[in-house]
Amino acid sequence: MSRIFSFLTATRGKGRLHWTDWVSYGYLLFGVLLMFGPVVWLVLSSFKTPNELDRFPPRFLPYAQDVAEVEGFEEPLLLFTVTEGDLAGQIVAQTRRAAGRAEVVLPDDPENRIRMPAANLEAIEGIAFATENYTSLFERFNFLRFFWNSTFITVMATLIMLLVNSMAAFALSKYQFRGRTAVLLMVVGTLMIPQTVVLVPLFLITFELGMLNSLWGVIIPGAATPTGVFLLRQYMITIPDEILDAARMDKASEWKIFWRIIIPLSAPAIAVLAILAIMWRWNDFLWPLIVLTRSENFTLQLALNSFQGELQTDWPSLLAMTVLTLLPIAAVFMFLQKYIATGIASTGGK
Amino acid sequence: MLSIISPLMRLIEIPMLALQRLLGINRLAWVFLLPNLVLFGLFAFLPVILNFFYATSGSDNVMLADRPYVGARNFVTLMDCSSYLDPNTCREDKFWRAVWNTSWFVTLQVGFMVGFSLLTAIILNRDIRARGFFRSVFFFPVLLSPVVVALIWKWILQREGVMNAFLDWTGIGGYNWLVDAQWAFTWSVFISVWAHMGFYTLILLAGLQAIPRDVYEAATMDRASPWRTFRRITLPLLSPTMLVVLVLALIKGVQTFDEIYAFTGGGPGTATTFIIQYIYEEGFAGAPRLFGLAAAASLMVAIVLLILTLIQLWVNRRNADG
Repeated sequence: MSRIFSFLTATRGKGRLHWTDWVSYGYLLFGVLLMFGPVVWLVLSSFKTPNELDRFPPRFLPYAQDVAEVEGFEEPLLLFTVTEGDLAGQIVAQTRRAAGRAEVVLPDDPENRIRMPAANLEAIEGIAFATENYTSLFERFNFLRFFWNSTFITVMATLIMLLVNSMAAFALSKYQFRGRTAVLLMVVGTLMIPQTVVLVPLFLITFELGMLNSLWGVIIPGAATPTGVFLLRQYMITIPDEILDAARMDKASEWKIFWRIIIPLSAPAIAVLAILAIMWRWNDFLWPLIVLTRSENFTLQLALNSFQGELQTDWPSLLAMTVLTLLPIAAVFMFLQKYIATGIASTGGK
Repeated sequence: MLSIISPLMRLIEIPMLALQRLLGINRLAWVFLLPNLVLFGLFAFLPVILNFFYATSGSDNVMLADRPYVGARNFVTLMDCSSYLDPNTCREDKFWRAVWNTSWFVTLQVGFMVGFSLLTAIILNRDIRARGFFRSVFFFPVLLSPVVVALIWKWILQREGVMNAFLDWTGIGGYNWLVDAQWAFTWSVFISVWAHMGFYTLILLAGLQAIPRDVYEAATMDRASPWRTFRRITLPLLSPTMLVVLVLALIKGVQTFDEIYAFTGGGPGTATTFIIQYIYEEGFAGAPRLFGLAAAASLMVAIVLLILTLIQLWVNRRNADG
């Protein structure tokens, strides 16, 4: 026990690496494999042809059989190497295959059809990224529709939330008025009411407002968040009151002060909240599942979930769609990683 | 985007200016608060009140006026058991299965998650190269949507998936994981820890980094063993953060739904059906829609979460004061 902890707590071994450093790096590299591995596997799999996806055991990289255009044939033909017989070692193109026998031609001599047992042929394969999985999403599914729904909900909900929450935070940080403590307590109170425990009445209210099966039914109920109010208020408190007073001297209206001074000065906090909101809304699942029941209103998350539930799971399309769903979040992560970490650590929410 | 927003803001200024003249500056605060308070009222406080009406009324009608008052009958139905330890003896056996599944799940998930997060945070807090990279690697899955997490692991664990290929290769042999109740549950705990541990690692790492270096230097001067240093310095000084992490993980754990629903659908059977899924299925997925039972069950979850949240607020306050 003591040894385990000596490696966990020791700091740098002087000069060369201590054995505990090796164990630490081992753990971290295993972590890289465990955390990134599955995502890498998903992305690689999404570029495999249906045949390749059915293959067991699977291969790491996506392979596809080489094909060649041969004169006199409309479709490109699959290429094979002959393993036995007169033509052993030659590359041939297959024109037909039935009952264990294949009809092939030499690519240079397309007129001369040769028959041989299919067992004598070995497929020529190369690494190839099959993009059909992706293109078929646009042809066979309403992918753009789902993408649009998700984007619309995310953008609108984020904008509304930022405006509403920053207005409230402004009032709570820069005004002295009776009832301020009561309002603050009320905001704390909403922390204790997660959406998951009021689903039924929330459903009724959304229904009464005529927002069932509408994207607004997803956007509006979550537009005000206690987390957002607290985060922004905490930041706005640090803005000196003198700036506001100076603006009032210049006869700026309160709204102008809010919009022209407070908002730009709170930009870092607003950026953090915006990233969190984008993440929450893009990944949101339970409430959209309840509100949006018609498939033309589905968000990407709902579409993914409903396709995987179908009897015959169409993995090629599903994998491609999963990749496209995580892509925007992955992009946000790459560019704004630092903000996300601070945002999540300071609000305790995700 | 700005070209739409800017004129909009100038447009809002007109009524706001009128209100400012009418109310005076300090009462204008209420105008700024109004949209937020209306949303809170409509979508948080009103639902809490309405939830009591649903929980004490029957039928599958969503309109409150058409729902007959049934008193505590929904609660009686939920609580009707010969033995609470055995869901088979309960009238609403699915509810009790969900309760027990959730209890087990939360215990295991929170235990493993806090354990691994602590281990990872301690290692990341050492003097290692590329710390930023490793930290973001562990954090990355936190951003993935629950459905994406579920699909990634479903693809890996499916019968002809890469996990079984690997096990075949090692000679252990593959298995049809998600049709076996116990394995489905185990993997549910696993993917949930996988997806969320980065978040808690981040908080714990921040807690570790807040411990002053000179305390450790003093310990080294006194020739304290690393184990002793860990027990006597790191753990006590980290305990406020640990408490935050624990309560936060419990609050999230009780509400687990998305990723497991997309991963197993609650199955096989009811092996991975948790309490929120029970509420969802009674109220929204099944026919007839038993809003009363769903609301009654929600109320019970709400009480558990209320207690946890009060503990959370108390912990936060204590940490802020201390």
